Amino acid sequence: MISVKGLTKRYAGVIAVDQISFEVAKGQIVGFLGPNGAGKTTTMRMLTCFLPPSSGTATVAGFDVLEQPLQVKKRIGYLPETPPIYPEMETVEYLKFVGKLKGLRGADLQKRVDYVCERCAVADVKKKLLGRLSKGYRQRVGLAQAIIHNPDVLILDEPTAGLDPKQINETRDLIKSLAGDHTIILSTHILPEVEQTCEYVIIINKGKLAATDSVRNLRARTRGAESVVVEIAGRSGTLEPPAVQGKLEQVPGVSRALCKQQIDNRIVFEVESQKGRLVRGDLARAVVASGWDLNELRPAAMSLEEIFLQLTGTEAPAQNEQEKAVEELQKQ
Amino acid sequence: MRNVWIICRKELGSYFVSPIAYLLLTMFALIFGFFFWNALGVFIIEGMEMQMRGQSFPMNINEQIIRPLLSNASVIGLFFIPMITMRLFAEEKRTGTIELLATSPIRDIEIILGKWLAALMLYCCLLLFTALNFAFLFKYGNPDWKPLLLGYLGLLLQAGAFLAIGTFISTLTKNQIIAGAATFGVELILWVIGWVGEYETALWARVLSYLSVLTHFESFARGVIDSKDLIFYVTVIFLGLFFTARSMESLRWRS
Repeated sequence: MISVKGLTKRYAGVIAVDQISFEVAKGQIVGFLGPNGAGKTTTMRMLTCFLPPSSGTATVAGFDVLEQPLQVKKRIGYLPETPPIYPEMETVEYLKFVGKLKGLRGADLQKRVDYVCERCAVADVKKKLLGRLSKGYRQRVGLAQAIIHNPDVLILDEPTAGLDPKQINETRDLIKSLAGDHTIILSTHILPEVEQTCEYVIIINKGKLAATDSVRNLRARTRGAESVVVEIAGRSGTLEPPAVQGKLEQVPGVSRALCKQQIDNRIVFEVESQKGRLVRGDLARAVVASGWDLNELRPAAMSLEEIFLQLTGTEAPAQNEQEKAVEELQKQ
Repeated sequence: MRNVWIICRKELGSYFVSPIAYLLLTMFALIFGFFFWNALGVFIIEGMEMQMRGQSFPMNINEQIIRPLLSNASVIGLFFIPMITMRLFAEEKRTGTIELLATSPIRDIEIILGKWLAALMLYCCLLLFTALNFAFLFKYGNPDWKPLLLGYLGLLLQAGAFLAIGTFISTLTKNQIIAGAATFGVELILWVIGWVGEYETALWARVLSYLSVLTHFESFARGVIDSKDLIFYVTVIFLGLFFTARSMESLRWRS
């Protein structure tokens, strides 16, 4: 459905997107992951024909973004980072306007407006001025606007940014429910979001493609070894780290146990296991059998920074000056 | 064409849903009404004086009221046009809605024409108030309506040219104030450069005075169509919209 080859965007002296290539199949829901300033927005803008690429090609549903922009635009629904709403318009008025822009007419238009209002849960603010709506509603109107012409491809730029946790969940569910009918690319810098909503991930960093893979593969790839965090409390007095370490490392499948923290009689260990072995059950039993309390036992979540570290082999992506410059440029 | 109308309707909607249109209409009606009242007052006094002196010098409503008032309307328009055009693109750039327009399956030129037409229509609404004033002249006097119609045509052409310039300037910034002020400055310059023609006859002075937008209005106000003036306005409109299209395109390459 989407095919990108060697896509590059240069601004005055800065390469925002550098030779990116990827494919997205029909009906897939793909997460576009990267730190701020990685070139996510720029790439999306090139796909939506808002920005022309400096070099390389991108086709959407078989149409080239440079050669046949009108055909591409007909097939894309786009939600920019800030929903493109006119504060002086009412919800329905706005959706009708966008529908007409996208080529819908008459009864068809009315049907689609009613449908997207229902689908995106904005039916109760149909007659309200967009400028008076809360951030969550605006985001949903933005989504409604993007799907009004039933496009093949949906491109969503940070659809959950700036929402409260409840709204984030609602928006994610909404996006997931749209997946059947549309091919979706959504950008985010939040890893759990990708894990919850997407099947496929495209990771970019500093304008370069870092990885494209399914979420499950990526997780396995980036965690050569399972890590588990264990917090143990002694019932009588403080615990001796070396003693605990010894006990933990005796558990079958454990390759290493590291003492992370010790507060009073509590002690936190990070336990690494061999690849493919689940050791949590054995660990718990070993702790309890030694007469200690097991306060906490959880998989050590890998942060996006760590994944980047592994995938790119560079320092954690603290934003450097160049990236900030690109971000500034994009905002203009 | 349909897309032009969609954009135009939306722009007219934003003018009339906000106080902008009503403010402009009120101010224009007040200012023009004042000019009309003055012109009429002077005309009546002059007429009475003539009668007292026993002269039968012909009084002409067209020459003494309508023509100067049309010139006044064109100058008042100069002040109002920046306020009409300043938001056209600057606001869309500021709020990011330009991304919606630019990623919709319509052409840039359709967006531009739609916006320009909406601005022209709002200007027509302003002119309706002048027609209201002139209607009284037709009720109590017997003016010639042909020069008046040509005068309106001239006003529309002139406004079209200024609006095209304003639309272009609005694409250059995301700040409405800057767009408005710059448009006003450019229009003012295009008005006053004609003055050099009054004391200088060298080629450069004649070129400058040809470029002056207001000198081309004079013939329309007199009730004559001069193809030179017609071509001038149409050219400025075309160039203004052409530069707007170029500017929108460069926006994408630079952004």
